[in-house]
Amino acid sequence: MQTEVIISGFGGQGTLYAGQVLAYAAMDEGKQVTWIPSYGPEMRGGTANCTVVISDEEIGSPTVKHPKAVLALNLPSLDKYEDMIAPGGCLVVNESMVNRKPERTDIRVVMLPANEIAREIGNERAANMVMLGALLANMDILPNEALEKALKNHTAQRLQKFVEMNIQALRRGGEYRAS
Amino acid sequence: MALELIKGNVAVAEAAVRAGLVSYFGYPITPQTELLEYLSARMPELNRAFVQAESELGAINMVYGAACTGRRTMTSSSSPGVSLMQEGLSYISCTELPVVIVDVVRGGPGLGNIAPSQSDYNQATRGGGHGEYHQIVLAPASVQEAIDLTTLAFDLAEKYRSVVMVLMDGSLGQMMEPAELPPFQPIKTEIPDWAVRGIPGRGKHVLTSINIDPPAQERTNIRLMTRWQQVEANEVRYKGYYLEDAEYLVVGYGTAGRISLSAVRAAREKGIKVGLLRPISLAPFPFKVLSDLAEQVKALLVVEMNNGQMLEDVRLAVANRKPIAFYGRMGGMVPFADDVLQEIEALAAGPLSQEEHPRDRWLAKMRVEFGTGA
Repeated sequence: MQTEVIISGFGGQGTLYAGQVLAYAAMDEGKQVTWIPSYGPEMRGGTANCTVVISDEEIGSPTVKHPKAVLALNLPSLDKYEDMIAPGGCLVVNESMVNRKPERTDIRVVMLPANEIAREIGNERAANMVMLGALLANMDILPNEALEKALKNHTAQRLQKFVEMNIQALRRGGEYRAS
Repeated sequence: MALELIKGNVAVAEAAVRAGLVSYFGYPITPQTELLEYLSARMPELNRAFVQAESELGAINMVYGAACTGRRTMTSSSSPGVSLMQEGLSYISCTELPVVIVDVVRGGPGLGNIAPSQSDYNQATRGGGHGEYHQIVLAPASVQEAIDLTTLAFDLAEKYRSVVMVLMDGSLGQMMEPAELPPFQPIKTEIPDWAVRGIPGRGKHVLTSINIDPPAQERTNIRLMTRWQQVEANEVRYKGYYLEDAEYLVVGYGTAGRISLSAVRAAREKGIKVGLLRPISLAPFPFKVLSDLAEQVKALLVVEMNNGQMLEDVRLAVANRKPIAFYGRMGGMVPFADDVLQEIEALAAGPLSQEEHPRDRWLAKMRVEFGTGA
């Protein structure tokens, strides 16, 4: 069993960090995992994305043409990745940052206003965790508690104060289901 | 096992520290910079030497000097920076000094770009500097392997008094994977006899790459070649996947090798009996195992992120006994497993001509698909 997830958004939306949280959780669950960022010049002011591959066996390619899941945190990411998702896969869209609905009908789509949800919790920057929570609620990748444990175990001491908020964000995102 | 989620560049740096690295000299360049950046904090913390040189030329010559003392030293860079270091690497090789160098290859030629590439295979394995010398080249495909091979690199450098290059690429440098770091090795207190240490009263030690007298240079070269024969006999490393019943064989190293692994698995699911040989030591190259496999399989596919450089070594090993196909991407482009799968399917579908050079067939397809850029 292998699952590939692309997390994409503007630089500053925490896409790379969200991928790392997912990777930590996978590692702690005893899975094989790779995390690879796009590190080209487009990172400066443009889109930032990372690919996380989670598997039960030695992982081959750390990147994929047709990922099983995509978290699109903004419109350019939706435009870029919608067509690439493997049939039957899952697309989580940050409704706060797009002005259209996905067109694919052969994938599961989760739409949620991640920015607004995060703002309600107390910090718009937790939108990445809201998105991640929605992904795990809609796809059998890892138990949701695995992410919560990873946040607790792998957040630096000086940032521990944000862990509770991030866990709340995961749970709120987890309330959304694919339409 | 205590696993850490760790980035390739940082993993290599920490592995070097744990191997007893005493001094590091380097100059920043993407996609290798995290390696240097990490050591800039880590080495002083341990009271060891870190110098950011004024250029790659400065760095490699500082490494040259440090290696003369017989203690563990290294540098790291990426393609254009490693080009600048070639003069120094030739001098170091002629002086028979143990040095570890990490090359996190990026797209080229020229200034190129910072994307992952394997375009420096020839430079690494043929000795990119002048004169006739060899260096050991190890090519990891994962963060764990990068750690293990960095540790090994220091041992091999000392064993053969040779330059050992860890040849990575940008994606491996930037990628995070769970990996286990080795325990700390104590810093070596036993200094080899040949080292220059300025001990008063002891006989003069000279370490030099100047052999003004040609017979002396020839004797040096004979010694270097003899040592390389030992390397070839003892230090070949590779990993095989699904080889037992393989009718077709993919050959790829590093990132191209692991991408090929995904494609090989997908092809197996479609019923194609294909295996993968992933060379780990590029120099010495695993000629023997490849030659044996050439007897077993019907045809081979070489996959690289370059214009077919290892391909020439594969052709040497196969010696025209079986058809070979080549698939490569260049300039910092990374193939997808789906693309490699298509190539495997084509390989299994048709008889392949042994007349044409595999590179010519590939290039003709590339021109059709991507144009010439003219």
